[in-house]
Amino acid sequence: MILLRRRAEGRTPGPAPAPRAARHERDTTIGEAVTRAVTAVFGSVPTALLIFILAVMVVTAVPAILFTGTGFFGTYFSPGNYYLAPTVHNGISASHGAVFGFLPEMLGTLVTSAIALGLAVPISVGGVLTLTEWVPRWAQGGVGLLLELLAGVPSVVFGLWGVLTFGPFMLRTVSPALTGIIGGFPWLFPWLPQGAAWVLLGAALIAFIGIRASVHGRLRRRARWLSVIVLFITLWGAVAPWFTGEVNTAGGVLTASLVLALMVVPIIAATTRELVRHVPVLAKEGSLALGMTKHETARVVTLPYISTGVLATALLGWGRAIGETIAMFFIIGNIFTGIPVNIYHSGATLSSLIAGTLDGVLQAKTDVSALFAAGLFLLVISLLSNLGGRLIIRRVAGDRALPVGRGV
Amino acid sequence: MSSLRAPTPKGGLARFGDGLDSARRSPLLRRLRSAIFWALCGAALLAIILPLLDMIVTLIQQAAPLLNLNLLTHGSAIDPAHLNAPIGVENGILGSLLLGLGVLIVAGIIGVLAGLYIVEFAPPRPRAVMRFFSEVLSGVPSIVVGLVAYTVLVNGPLQWHYSLVAAVISLSVITIPYIVKNTEVAFDQAPRSLREGAAALGLSRLTTARKILLPTALPGIVGGLILAQAIAMGETAPLLFSANWTDANPVIKLTNNPEPYLTGVTYNTLILPYVQAHELAAAAALVTVLIILLLLVMGRAATARSKRMTERMDL
Repeated sequence: MILLRRRAEGRTPGPAPAPRAARHERDTTIGEAVTRAVTAVFGSVPTALLIFILAVMVVTAVPAILFTGTGFFGTYFSPGNYYLAPTVHNGISASHGAVFGFLPEMLGTLVTSAIALGLAVPISVGGVLTLTEWVPRWAQGGVGLLLELLAGVPSVVFGLWGVLTFGPFMLRTVSPALTGIIGGFPWLFPWLPQGAAWVLLGAALIAFIGIRASVHGRLRRRARWLSVIVLFITLWGAVAPWFTGEVNTAGGVLTASLVLALMVVPIIAATTRELVRHVPVLAKEGSLALGMTKHETARVVTLPYISTGVLATALLGWGRAIGETIAMFFIIGNIFTGIPVNIYHSGATLSSLIAGTLDGVLQAKTDVSALFAAGLFLLVISLLSNLGGRLIIRRVAGDRALPVGRGV
Repeated sequence: MSSLRAPTPKGGLARFGDGLDSARRSPLLRRLRSAIFWALCGAALLAIILPLLDMIVTLIQQAAPLLNLNLLTHGSAIDPAHLNAPIGVENGILGSLLLGLGVLIVAGIIGVLAGLYIVEFAPPRPRAVMRFFSEVLSGVPSIVVGLVAYTVLVNGPLQWHYSLVAAVISLSVITIPYIVKNTEVAFDQAPRSLREGAAALGLSRLTTARKILLPTALPGIVGGLILAQAIAMGETAPLLFSANWTDANPVIKLTNNPEPYLTGVTYNTLILPYVQAHELAAAAALVTVLIILLLLVMGRAATARSKRMTERMDL
């Protein structure tokens, strides 16, 4: 079995890299030297663009950052009044009474993308496993094309679908049912303030991880079940309050998160499919030969083999979910001030804030600068998740070509 | 199966407790667990496919009243006084074609040459760096590209205002990484024996790339360009503040002139308070999706062709 596991973890040896000429080899002709120089200029364009974009974002965002400082973490946003005397702070002048508190948008961005990823990862992995194990080979191409089409559907179409079909469906059917199922149950610790449930949740999470890591054998199984139950109850206690209250809009945070999940699925599924395709056949056959069922083989061989790659592609998907604009703009409701009272309520993301307000504030330089600060926050998070995801993917897949991150 | 319970190294087999524990359980329990697992997985696949089908049904249902030739011969301007006048997506289609052509030229040239350098000419260290950052560039949120285009091209030092050039450049920034990646893969796919043969004949690397590798790589490169067209066709966020929007047909004027584009029809009519506007939004979305589907199928065919070619040559 240890052998089997080693094999399950081992990488497939890719084809040997093609021989390339030594670094200092002379160009044989002038033509080659010229081609090399010209293509080198173009070759550095993508890197230069990346640096340029980052630089422009930072430079443009600086005035608003000086003006607002830590005020970005406030909950109130106002572009100010253009007809009154400007407010000056830290040597930066902005419209009268301009306040740039982006906390609701930051939370909106993080919450929607977290829910989207939490749903999209298991859905993609489960869907891909079904696709490779059960769907007949002749139909796999068709389903694969559907996945590609889902990746290619423009975000404005997701927005349209969310507004015309999915939003109303959520409003009439899903959200009321959820208030009943999750919000309707008596949640744990109703006498404690909201924050306490989260603290308890953190403690339960740490205990869960500790138990997973430390206890072995028979005790481990019982302790683990216990920890799962405790974790579930505290999670319920922490999350359930957000599912109570009235459902009054077709859009809102939950609808937006679900649509976002659907948009992230093809990105994760495309890479997962590629990873599953490269699971060593010998390990799978060995596990089947040992008498394991298909399901156990999937759990013991396939899932451990692809887990690191799935983590990486989840990071890539997170980067894209954070930056998603048009669908969020149409669906989430664009309430730029105040934190939503429950998960069905309208909210905003940083990207929907930019798309929704830039047109209106073009007159005021500092307002524009504040939106660039919001964009900078998006850019930094998505670049970090991208760097992380790609570094991991590089380790898992080596030079093998994996989809660049849009799933098409 | 007792050997399965032998002590294992820390973090070793214990990680797979679930799968192996179940081997000790009754066959019925194992079958039950298996059934539940695959039922959940099947539900996941349905959760991916059904919304997509529902989306297509929604588009067709909503767009049905407008699906006639008028859709292709009229612009998207909606006159509230004459709501039943024919409306269509002519300006959107023409604008998107124009933008696509621009992307093909700008991003196509930059992307293909960059990919060629990265895969054929670059020394190892710069190659790794360029490849990596080109991939990371694809992770820049599209709204950020729109912001940068606005502050640099539209209303910054260049003062091009809302224009064709600004739109083409911002779309190019988004599509370049994909073209680079596809070009790299296309050249990398060429069988090793071809390179070795060329090297043995004493061909220079330029000649090898041009005469030996290019024919096999061409379908892959074309596939990348088609994919870039599909991506450019579906983008909205980077165009909001670079192309802006107009209901008029596009004119070939590089600067100082807002551009229409296909996704913009949906974006700008969905927020209008008329049924006809919503039908037009759905019709434009349907046309966009159909064009993207066509491009994806074409791209697939090109990639499949390149794979077949290299497989046939690989000895």
